[in-house]
Amino acid sequence: MSKIDKNNGFYIPQLEKRRAKAKRFKYIAMSALIVSLAFLMFFLYDMFRQGIPAFKQTYVKIQVEITEENLENPYGFLDRDMISIVSRAWLRDLPNQAAANPEWLGTTQEFWALAGAESDQYMKGGENRLKDRVKDRIDELKESGDIRFQTNLIFFFTGDSKIPENAGFYSAIIGSILTMLVTMSLAVPIGIMTAIYLEEFAPDNKLTQFIEVNINNLAAIPSILFGLLGLAIFINFFGVPRSSALVGGMTLALMSLPIIIVSSKAALKSVPNTIRQAGFGLGLTRWQIVRDHVLPPAMPGMLTGSIIALAQAMGETAPLIIVGMIAFVPDAATNILSAATVMPAQIYTWSGMPEKAYIEKTAAGILVLLSVLITLNAVAIYLRKKYTKTW
Amino acid sequence: MSKKVDMKVDSNNFKGDMGDGEKKIKVSSKDLWLWYGEKEALQGVNLDIYEKKITAFIGPSGCGKSTYLRCLNRMNDLIDSVRIEGKVEIDGHDIYAPGVDEVAVRKRVGMVFQQPNPFPKSIYENVAYAPLMHDIVKKGSDCDELVENSLKGAGLWEEVKDMLKQPGTALSGGQQQRLCIARTIAVQPDVILMDEPTSALDPISTQIIERLMIELKERFTLIVVTHNMQQAARVADMTAFFHIGELVEYGETEQIFVNPQESRTEQYITGKFG
Repeated sequence: MSKIDKNNGFYIPQLEKRRAKAKRFKYIAMSALIVSLAFLMFFLYDMFRQGIPAFKQTYVKIQVEITEENLENPYGFLDRDMISIVSRAWLRDLPNQAAANPEWLGTTQEFWALAGAESDQYMKGGENRLKDRVKDRIDELKESGDIRFQTNLIFFFTGDSKIPENAGFYSAIIGSILTMLVTMSLAVPIGIMTAIYLEEFAPDNKLTQFIEVNINNLAAIPSILFGLLGLAIFINFFGVPRSSALVGGMTLALMSLPIIIVSSKAALKSVPNTIRQAGFGLGLTRWQIVRDHVLPPAMPGMLTGSIIALAQAMGETAPLIIVGMIAFVPDAATNILSAATVMPAQIYTWSGMPEKAYIEKTAAGILVLLSVLITLNAVAIYLRKKYTKTW
Repeated sequence: MSKKVDMKVDSNNFKGDMGDGEKKIKVSSKDLWLWYGEKEALQGVNLDIYEKKITAFIGPSGCGKSTYLRCLNRMNDLIDSVRIEGKVEIDGHDIYAPGVDEVAVRKRVGMVFQQPNPFPKSIYENVAYAPLMHDIVKKGSDCDELVENSLKGAGLWEEVKDMLKQPGTALSGGQQQRLCIARTIAVQPDVILMDEPTSALDPISTQIIERLMIELKERFTLIVVTHNMQQAARVADMTAFFHIGELVEYGETEQIFVNPQESRTEQYITGKFG
């Protein structure tokens, strides 16, 4: 704004004060936004800083003479420095590999063997408990190109492990998918049908008002209580297997239901009543009106609400801890009745581990979970934008 | 368009014949009372509405004219707190009699609303949907013909014949209202109720709809609620004046406007209140 001319006949003395007040308010509001953005940026930066190293893993080149004796005692053929460098998990797996390739017997094979978590940390420049002698050996190997980073496929394709370098997110991803399938197939149809009944068919009386108030309250109940409910009803009463995707999915379905119902009801409410009146005026039945004229425009809103509720359920940990989905699950669940864990529970488990390798994986797991959630929310926004009708 | 007459008309039920022989009672309410919860909205309305005439209901806001109109196709049934006593007869049959399905009543008594409310679907589907649901026509050329005839009947065909697949909501307000009329006549009702059909429209669209109403009375019995007294004077054959839930005066439009019998009617017509 140009300099204010006090002699132009439009001058109001108080106006400057009022403007200054407005400006101050604007800056306060803006600073709130900046603070929250700063928190978000810091969180993301920290997660990426810690998580990105988990996506690469150290491998070391070794030569092994495949003999009966060596397979029986895989620790025997390596010198004591190399035993510290190579992962125990890899050595333990060597006999299995040899059994799968019988032609190796009697030959000397060259492997890029998985390195242990300590040597991996040394390669990444992190804290480690390696002896200086071993560090020197790694430096030598580095110079000769016999130790290097590879993409960490283990993280995506194996389950949890007590050996840090061998621990992966796979069983958690599969567990989350199975759990979400159960949650989705229960919560979405039941929630949408309930919303349709309450909004379109139910008479407006004390009972339905009572039910609606309680559904709204349920949406605000701490999620851990749903876990207790799941434990009491599904596990103790109905005997659903503990730790299974089925019980986790059902518990999360209970938790998602109120959110889906409330958002679906809002979507139905947003369809103008004149549309329904038009239908009645033509002698259509309520079901014809709802099916063909109310549901199509309400669908995007209902789907958006359902996706957001499912995304929230996907990030939920507390109720799943109660129903046992926090268990150590090295092998991915094959069906909804076998023991499973989910992504946030796996992150929670790892976050309690002291080793640096697990801290790294915790951050990496958060990154995976975040990308899934962001994708889900993006789909929800896309659906809303694409199909929302305006009157 | 041939009209289906699937209800026998009992000639003994013709009442209120005012001597000129051409007026046949189509809709008749007998001591009709209505309450919204505790609030009394209609106080024993007795009214005979004649076939193939335009009957206008006038009166100040809150006088019960719209409420009464909505009794004639049982739209008030949709409001939970409403209680209705009395009779509404169409062709001598009580629509509130036990065992009468209100959906079937609404098929015979169509309704056009204040706010144009086309379905969020194409123009074609807007018109074709209800007839298909009522099995009046089957999908195909019969249905196309019905859509065309209905749109012609509503004076909209020439404007939309090349854009039948376009959404009905893309039309202008007046066109939307005519689409709603087309949609209503496609169901082939006997009676069409119009609840302030032009109050959301501009003067030119209003004029078009008024002309359309006069054309439509050849085939249908029209009952129109209007806030606009000039509109009643222009289009209606009969006019009923409502005040605070009561039918104050009912008669031929000219008589109501030129020579009202009741002082309240006169005061309203001359603008002393309302």
